[in-house]
Amino acid sequence: MHGLIYRAIECFVTDSYGPEKWAEAAALADLGFVEFEPMLIYDDVLAPRVIAAVGTVLNRCEADLMEDVGTYLVSHPNTEGLRRLMRFGGVSFVELLHSLDDLQDRARLAVSDLILPYIELHEYSATHFGLICGTSIPSFGHVMMGLLRTMADDYGVLALLEFEGGAQGMETVSIRLVETEFAEGRRFALGAGAL
Amino acid sequence: MTGPDNMPAVLDVLCPMHVMINHTGHIVHVGDTLRKLRPDLNWVGARFLEVFALKRPRTVNSMSDLRDNAGIKLHLQLRDSPVTELKGVAVACGPDGVLIVNLSFGISVVDGVRQYDLTHADFAPTDLATEMLYLVEAKSTAMEAWRKLNLRLQGAMIAAEEQAFTDTLTGLKNRRAMDHVMARALERGTQFALMQLDLDFFKLVNDTLGHAAGDHVLQTVARIMVDETRSEDTVARLGGDEFVIVLPDVRDIPALRRIGSRLIKRLEVPMPFEGNDCCISASIGTVFFEPGSGADMRSLLDDVDVALYASKRAGRGRQTFYSPALRRGLNANESTSQQAG
Repeated sequence: MHGLIYRAIECFVTDSYGPEKWAEAAALADLGFVEFEPMLIYDDVLAPRVIAAVGTVLNRCEADLMEDVGTYLVSHPNTEGLRRLMRFGGVSFVELLHSLDDLQDRARLAVSDLILPYIELHEYSATHFGLICGTSIPSFGHVMMGLLRTMADDYGVLALLEFEGGAQGMETVSIRLVETEFAEGRRFALGAGAL
Repeated sequence: MTGPDNMPAVLDVLCPMHVMINHTGHIVHVGDTLRKLRPDLNWVGARFLEVFALKRPRTVNSMSDLRDNAGIKLHLQLRDSPVTELKGVAVACGPDGVLIVNLSFGISVVDGVRQYDLTHADFAPTDLATEMLYLVEAKSTAMEAWRKLNLRLQGAMIAAEEQAFTDTLTGLKNRRAMDHVMARALERGTQFALMQLDLDFFKLVNDTLGHAAGDHVLQTVARIMVDETRSEDTVARLGGDEFVIVLPDVRDIPALRRIGSRLIKRLEVPMPFEGNDCCISASIGTVFFEPGSGADMRSLLDDVDVALYASKRAGRGRQTFYSPALRRGLNANESTSQQAG
């Protein structure tokens, strides 16, 4: 699995709970090192170990933990770059949802060996969607749930997200739009972050 | 106007940075995004060539030139500040002499978007401008991560080099390793001998036969020194043609004299290199460390240097054991130098 993914979990723990907690988790997972290099590739077997260790150290279940990681990725000042990259997906939250079909391609365009899990949007109605997520990253559905809930706020949209369960390497998240102009979203200037 | 009646509306969606010019060269319609570049300008009715300067092709100076260059890539600039470069293409529309010029930021899209605070909605959905901005931002972020990784790797490499104990040319220990070995031996307070060996005539080999020959000599010397010493001895190259050997638990002068003389004898055997013989010799200075003598690293290195210097002054190709007398009568012939070879 790509170092960026491990690094995301590491930064989530470090930025939210402090470096000592991360060091504790890294030791518990028996990594043999403390910091992941974001641009290197690591063995997939580390992922469940790292997530379990972080869960133990923070006393959280995997689902909650990974949802928090998703929230962290698009809300913490240190990950502002990622929030911006998500906002490039569309002018509105619905356009962002539609752009999720391209998420894997977008990630690969940015970092050619970054392979994200399979993801597919089902459109039940104009306000009701289902997101099917692969789990090559453990609990990826929960990550997307945290991420999209935060992005909905970012666009000023009131959305209800619900985890509908998972089986056979797929997880489903239900997304219901309640109010598309609920609040004024956060500003996004196309050119603000470039160069 | 020709074409469908809703032509401007169609163009507003497909080409929000277009401008429509009539046969007299006056602007009759302008896309919303282009308008944002000069919101205070009265676009409609302005002369196209007074708003835009055509930079390339240079032959285009008038509306009729522009008409003749329809379909060709144009390089334009807004005449007033802020300076904004645009790419464009003109196309004739119908028999009334109407021209449509579609514009884009080209490679300046990042600057353009920032300068005019444009959003997704300012570009046609098919325009790749936002994808380009996404890529620029994503790639810059990835590049920054690479840059940081490279910095960390470079730091690690420097640290590894600093911690290295091996002379890369000869495979012998280096000066840092020798400092460690001597410091440890001094700490333990056990007896040892220290030999310093400088090659004679090495500079001549380097100067006449070249650096490759010099490197070959150094590697051969290293092999001989390792051959002629015990596994518990430490052989190090301090740099250039200077070597030292730390020999633990050696008290006896005859034994050291034998080692020194064997070394010199073998080093004096011509070393063939690409059809030439490299001829060198060696001068050696030797000192003993006796526990309780009060000697330290500095004084030992100083003593061994005095002994080595005596060998050189006595005519090279020999070994000298340190004695305080060497410091007093610094006359080579009267020194207590003991020939080894």
